[in-house]
Amino acid sequence: MTKSELIEIIAKRQSHLAHRDVELAVKCMIEQMGQSLASGERIEIRGFGSFSLHYRPPRFGRNPKTGDSVALAGKHVPHFKPGKELRERVDASRTRCDICED
Amino acid sequence: MALTKVDMAERLFDDLGLNKREAKEMVEMFFEVIPEALEQGYQVKLSGFGNFDLREKNQRPGRNPKTGEEIPISARRVVTFRPGQKLKARVEAYAGSQQ
Repeated sequence: MTKSELIEIIAKRQSHLAHRDVELAVKCMIEQMGQSLASGERIEIRGFGSFSLHYRPPRFGRNPKTGDSVALAGKHVPHFKPGKELRERVDASRTRCDICED
Repeated sequence: MALTKVDMAERLFDDLGLNKREAKEMVEMFFEVIPEALEQGYQVKLSGFGNFDLREKNQRPGRNPKTGEEIPISARRVVTFRPGQKLKARVEAYAGSQQ
């Protein structure tokens, strides 16, 4: 499911709202989640899960082309921990349907 | 301090002019439709943010951390999140305290 498919599904269920408003709302929510993480703030959604930042310390990497050693600065990476409800729902679907590959 | 559904509904109210009830329902629905897709076996791709992928895990040996007793961890299906390039780049620049 893509962002535009997500927008379509929500728009169908919230038929009293203009399609354009649903589209803006979904984009606004995703943007706000990105902003939150970019400023180092966690996201906590009960049942769904939480997003936080994990720190990766500085390290020496290699230029794969030349083999030269390069110093890489420390950085933060986004991390998602699924909530209990999401974990249980997804695991329960294991015997019901296959994972769709596309 | 963490971003919650309440904060997200407030933003929809402030920025988009949805009323409070519409804003709350919109946020609830966002976090309901994504799990529905996942439990139907679909990967969820939110461009600019990241992908929620499904993975099958085989049974593997585990341990009760308290007692040290060996108990197998059963086979299961799990959700993983792969941040997109844009989100990674935005977050990488965060120079705050190490978490």
